[in-house]
Amino acid sequence: MTDAATRSRDDAARAAPSGIQTPDVVGGTQPAPAPRLAALQAPQDGCTAGARRAAMQRLVAAGLPKPRDEYWRYTDPRTLNADTPAPVAIADEEPQMFDALDRLRLVFVDGVFDAAASDPLDADGVRIETLAAADAQPGHWIAGSYGALEAAGQTPVVRPFAALNTAVAVNGLAIHVTAEVARPIHIIHRRRDEAADIVLHHVLKLDPGGELTLIETGMAGARENTVIEADLADGARLHHIAAIRAADTRIGARHIFGRVGANAAFKSFTLSLNGTMMRHESIIDIAGDDSVAHVAGAVLGDGAQGPFHHDDTVFVTHGAERCESRQVFKKVLKNGAVGVFQGKILVKPGAQKTDGYQISQALLLDDDSQFLAKPELEIYADDVRCSHGSTTGAIDPVALYYLRSRGVPKDRAIVMLVLSFLAEALAEVEDDDLRAEIGDRLELWLNRHAIADGRREATA
Amino acid sequence: MLEVTNLQVKLEDEDKQILKGLTLTVPAGEVHAIMGPNGSGKSTLSYVLSGRDGYEVTGGEATLDGESLLEMEPEERAAAGLFLAFQYPVEIPGVGNMTFLRTAVNAQRKARGESELSSGDFLRLVRERAKALDIDADMLKRPVNVGFSGGEKKRNEILQMAMLEPRMCIMDETDSGLDVDAMRLVADGVNALRSPERAFLVITHYQRLLDHIRPDVVHIMADGRIVRTGGPDLALEVERNGYAGILAEGA
Repeated sequence: MTDAATRSRDDAARAAPSGIQTPDVVGGTQPAPAPRLAALQAPQDGCTAGARRAAMQRLVAAGLPKPRDEYWRYTDPRTLNADTPAPVAIADEEPQMFDALDRLRLVFVDGVFDAAASDPLDADGVRIETLAAADAQPGHWIAGSYGALEAAGQTPVVRPFAALNTAVAVNGLAIHVTAEVARPIHIIHRRRDEAADIVLHHVLKLDPGGELTLIETGMAGARENTVIEADLADGARLHHIAAIRAADTRIGARHIFGRVGANAAFKSFTLSLNGTMMRHESIIDIAGDDSVAHVAGAVLGDGAQGPFHHDDTVFVTHGAERCESRQVFKKVLKNGAVGVFQGKILVKPGAQKTDGYQISQALLLDDDSQFLAKPELEIYADDVRCSHGSTTGAIDPVALYYLRSRGVPKDRAIVMLVLSFLAEALAEVEDDDLRAEIGDRLELWLNRHAIADGRREATA
Repeated sequence: MLEVTNLQVKLEDEDKQILKGLTLTVPAGEVHAIMGPNGSGKSTLSYVLSGRDGYEVTGGEATLDGESLLEMEPEERAAAGLFLAFQYPVEIPGVGNMTFLRTAVNAQRKARGESELSSGDFLRLVRERAKALDIDADMLKRPVNVGFSGGEKKRNEILQMAMLEPRMCIMDETDSGLDVDAMRLVADGVNALRSPERAFLVITHYQRLLDHIRPDVVHIMADGRIVRTGGPDLALEVERNGYAGILAEGA
C-alpha cells in the first residue's frame, strides 16, 4: 500500500470507534487490480463487512473506468482514477446557506463527522448515527441496507466509483426515518486539509409514511466520492437538496441511489457552482405504484476560474404502474466550460401509465463553451407517456432587447434571462424558503460571472 | 419632442434599404398616427428608434428633446423617456411580472438620479394602475407574458407604459390581435396617459384604433418615407379608398 493511502485512511479512521480496525488489503482474484485498487482497504469487522467484500469484488471485476468506456465517453475519468488528488487551496468560506432555517446541523470536516461542531444527533421521528457507529453494532439495520441499492444500481451499467465507495467508506451517516421529521437535516462540509480525499457513504431508510428533508452544503475536499443510498418505503417522502459550491477547483464523483416504494415521493435537486471535474449520477428505481421521482440540477460553470467540467448522469427505472418521473437539468456555461448530460428513462414491461419527462438544456454565454447531451428512452410497456428534449442555445436577443427597452441595464437583463432559463429546474425545490435562498445564491453568482462578454471578463 | 430627420436605415446583414429618408416631428402633447401598407417600414422605424439590433443607420438623425437617440443603448433611451409598446410582447418564463416591472421602474429611476420606489409605494401604484386596465393580481404574479392571451399581452404593455410614465410613447400595432372590448381597455389606458408633456406615435394598419385614440396628426408611410401628412380625416380616407388610392393620389 502507498504512504498516501495509509495516511488518508488513518485520517478518515479518526472518527471511527475502536471496534473498527484499519483492515488488510482486500483484493479480488481476477483480473489483477490496478495499483489504486490494490491499495484500497475495507473495514472488515463491522456488520457491513459482507457488503464491503461484495462491493470490492464488483469493483475489481468492473475495474476503474477507462476513457474509452461508453458510459465515460464525454467525461475523462483520469483525475478520479488517480491515486491521490492534487492539493486544492482552501478558498475563503462564503456565507453559509440556510442559516435562517430551523434545522439539525451536522458538520463534516474533510469528510469526517465533527460531533463537537454539530447539533446533538437527536430529533423526533429519526435516528441518526455515524456510519462507523452503526457498523460497529452487530445486527444493525444497515447490515441489510448498506451497499444494497448501490449493488442493484450496477446493472445494466457499472458504476465503479460507487462500488469503490461502498467497499472502503468509513465516514457517513446512517439515517433511519420513522415518521415525519419536522427539521431538515443539514450536512455542512468544511475543509481543513488541502489534499483531503473524501469518501462518504450515507444510508437513508425511510419507513412507511416517513418524511425527511436532507440538505448538503459547503466545501468538500480536494476530491470527493460521495454515495447516498435512500430506500423509501410506501408513502415515504424524501426531499434532497445539495448546494455544492466550489470557489475551489475540486473534483468528485457523486452517486445518489434511490428506491421508491408505492405512493412515495423522491425529490432531489443539486445546485453546482464551478468545480473542475464533477460526475454526478442519480440512479432511481421506481418500484412501487403511484409514486413520484424527480431529479433536477442547476449548474453554473465559468471556465475563467479554472477548467470546468460537470457531468450529470441519470438512470430512472420505472418498474411500477402510474408513476411519474421528471429529470430537469439546466446548465449555464461560459469561458470554455463543458456540461454533460446522460439521462435515461427505462420503462419495464408492465409499468403501464408511466409518465416520464426529461429535459436537459444548456445556455452558452459565449462561443467557447460546450454542452454534450445523450438523452435515452427505453420503453417496454405500451400505455405510457414519455417525453424528452435537449437544447443548447444562447441568450435570446429579442428577450434581451425587450428587457433593455424597459430600462433594465444590459447586465441586469442578462442575469434575469439566465434566472428565467434556470427557473424550471429551481421550481423542483418545493419549499418556498429554500427555493428563494437558492435563487439568491444563483443571482449572486450570476452578478459576478454572467456578464455579456465572456472574453472581456476573463481577461479583465 | 421627437424629431426624425431624413432617417435612412438598412438591414445590417442584408443589402436592403428599409427607411429611405424619413422625416417626422411629434411635438409634446400630441398624438400622431402612422399608417401604411405592409412592408412600408413602420415597425422598422419603431425598432430603430428604440435601439433594436440588426439595423444600420446609413444617414439622418433622430432626437428626443434635442438629444440624439441613435447613439444611446436601449436602456438609456428608456431612461430618457422613450417607450415602445411591442407588436409581439416577449414571454419571459420564470421572471414574475411584478419583479420585472419593479426592476424596470427602479432601474429607470436610478438612471435618472431619482430614488427607488419602496415596495409599499410600488405595490400601491401597480395595483391602482393594473385595476384600471382590468389586470388582476394573478396576471401580476405570473411570469412575464407567459400564457397570456393576445389581449392580456397588449394590456400588459400598457400597464408597463403606465408604470414607467415615458414622455414619448411609440405603439407598434397595439391593435393587432385585440377584440373590441380589449381595444377599448387599451385605448382608455392610453387616453388616461395623454397629457401636455407627453407625446404618442401610434403605428397601425387600420383606422379603427384611431376611433378610440383620436390622433392630432395622421402620417401615411410608404416605401420607407412619409408620403402624406394630414388631420384625423386622412385615416378615414384610408379606410374608404385603401392605400392604393391614397398613394396614387400622392404620386
